[in-house]
Amino acid sequence: MTEVDRRDFLRGAGFATAAAAVPTEASAAIARPPKQISPQAVGMLYDSTLCIGCKACVAACKEANKMPAEVPATLTGWNENTWDSAEDLSGRTLNVIKVYRNGTAEQKDHEINGFAFVKRHCLHCVDPSCVSVCPVGAMQKDAATGIVSYDPDVCIGCRYCVYGCPFGVPQFDFSSALGKIAKCEFCRHLQKDGKIPACCDVCPTGASLFGPVKELEREIERRTAAAPGTPYQFPRGKIGENRPPNAATIPTYVKGVYGEHEAGGTQVRYLAGVPFPKLGLPTVGRQSPASLSEGMQHTIYQWLIAPLVAFVGFAFLARRNLALHHDDDAPPSKEG
Amino acid sequence: MSTAAPLRRSLVTPTTLVLVALVVIAFCFLLQRFLFGLGAVANINPGYPWGIWVVVDVIIGTAFGCGGFAMALLVYIFNRGQYHPLMRPALLSGLFGYTLGGFAVIFDLGRYWQAYNLLLPWHAQLNSVMFEVALCVMAYVVVLWIEFSPAFLERWGFAAIKRVLDRWMFVIVALGVLLPTMHQSSLGSMLLVMEYRLSPLWFTLWLPALFVISALAMGYAVVMFEATVVSKTFSLPSEHALISKMSIVVGWITVAWLVLRFGDLVARNALPLAFIGSISVFLFWVENAMFLAAALVFITPAGRASQRASFLGAVALLAGGSLYRLDAYLIGYQPLNNWSYFPSVPELMVSIGVVALEVLLYLIFIKTLPVLHGDAARR
Repeated sequence: MTEVDRRDFLRGAGFATAAAAVPTEASAAIARPPKQISPQAVGMLYDSTLCIGCKACVAACKEANKMPAEVPATLTGWNENTWDSAEDLSGRTLNVIKVYRNGTAEQKDHEINGFAFVKRHCLHCVDPSCVSVCPVGAMQKDAATGIVSYDPDVCIGCRYCVYGCPFGVPQFDFSSALGKIAKCEFCRHLQKDGKIPACCDVCPTGASLFGPVKELEREIERRTAAAPGTPYQFPRGKIGENRPPNAATIPTYVKGVYGEHEAGGTQVRYLAGVPFPKLGLPTVGRQSPASLSEGMQHTIYQWLIAPLVAFVGFAFLARRNLALHHDDDAPPSKEG
Repeated sequence: MSTAAPLRRSLVTPTTLVLVALVVIAFCFLLQRFLFGLGAVANINPGYPWGIWVVVDVIIGTAFGCGGFAMALLVYIFNRGQYHPLMRPALLSGLFGYTLGGFAVIFDLGRYWQAYNLLLPWHAQLNSVMFEVALCVMAYVVVLWIEFSPAFLERWGFAAIKRVLDRWMFVIVALGVLLPTMHQSSLGSMLLVMEYRLSPLWFTLWLPALFVISALAMGYAVVMFEATVVSKTFSLPSEHALISKMSIVVGWITVAWLVLRFGDLVARNALPLAFIGSISVFLFWVENAMFLAAALVFITPAGRASQRASFLGAVALLAGGSLYRLDAYLIGYQPLNNWSYFPSVPELMVSIGVVALEVLLYLIFIKTLPVLHGDAARR
């Protein structure tokens, strides 16, 4: 399990400055209207305070998506591919659990002298950058479920989605001659058979909970409205499904729900006991980056009017000027 | 009356042999890349999915290929026929800058065997800036070859084809100005999606304008650089009189770029960030100092009059424009999860090989085709 590095947090602070330095009025004026979440959107709620770091979700994800085990170079001495020890998302890891540690690391979900877990995978943005930047439409967002899917048979491997994702999610497998992009697709192949994503299916505590975003939002409200210490039945697997819940008490949550507003909102939401930047979750502004870049392109290229007018103007001038200097442009070659 | 003629020099020289060797080395590493994957050759990683093959060979390489664009704008749109002798060498450098940029894209693409999907209408993704760049660049490569084709037609005496081409040349010329304006600005727009990952010193809504204006300035600088190097190398009469007149245009374009660059930083309150000690801030100042040095050379009569100063001004402009692109795409970009990137030796050798191939083909073309100003070349 990799430790979330402190520098991540410092970098996070840098992004916040970046967001602040662009005048929001100008940026909002150029941006196209934000996309709205589908009423049938499905998502996940990851509650860091419930996570015990067992990594059953990581193993189940590998199995469900037929991904190979990953062993960092430092561990190859004793670990001969028998134990997956993925440290971060990669071309061969779609889901990973990381740990935050501070000081003596004695108390769970404490910022000082404490520790906390965090799960990283695709957040399934409401207005995804990867879908917006892909030149061939290999990344698609389902209109109903909102699942962001990837089609390797269409992808050209340009990796603009890797570069452009504000959450650092899509990964290219650089180690293969026929590499492709890897990202969580909410186990859409399992959902077709009526199953739920493997990570939520195996989570023993309900830290990873699957379900319609609307219902997950109500669940978040219930948890954050209850006083810390209140006994609570935490649902497991899929919300509303009749699985025995995890009986525990309401923890002390930090303010806010990560994913509610980030980059125009996402279908994965996080609750935690430690500030989100400390968990290595990038600090991202509210405006979706796709809305700005598409807004600019559509302003410049609306109906192709500007390029057509420019073309006609250039053609007129070029025709006149070529005629004026015809001899210059058709030099008779003496050598032949 | 100006005419173009092949330069009567030997094709096999120590220089060309070194260039061939560099190209061969690059192709060996490319073979390795195709057999074992991008990771076997390049240091690109999850934090830096784009390395120098994208940023140097394509983003910077096509800006070096803007000579044809810049000269066509001056000669055919603003009707400055006196610069026509510089047109063909400019087109030739553009031809190779762009053709090899396109070639570099192919070996950088992770799933190159599906690259044709870019041309299938049912896969077209009109919201993607990269889709627009890809189509525009492909179209412009074709336009450049047509713009340059009179050199072939004259050499082999296809007079009939050339007459038809002459009649329609204005369409090609118009496209040859429109397409680079579109995709060079879009190379800036490609970064608009990086709002939360790019330093405010580079992230601005003016990225498209800053990219296209600097591409234009670099286009003129390439022409000045190349004219000086060619005339010195082959002991041809200097084109300095012509270049000196043109450089005032370049000077004011550079000034306009600097005004936009700093006006925007001040308007966004981002300038204080340029006084925090870090490598990216240092490179920010180097990049802008290069532009400023070039502007000072080109707008002062003394700077324009001196052949040495003008040459150094062109070099400064090319260096500044390249560094601006490198900074915007790689240095000013903040990766997640502490990834770092520095190109590997094989990765560098491939990029060097691409440049070597460009220079090699340029030399072969000027020695076999009517490219250079004839009166000089025939001496």
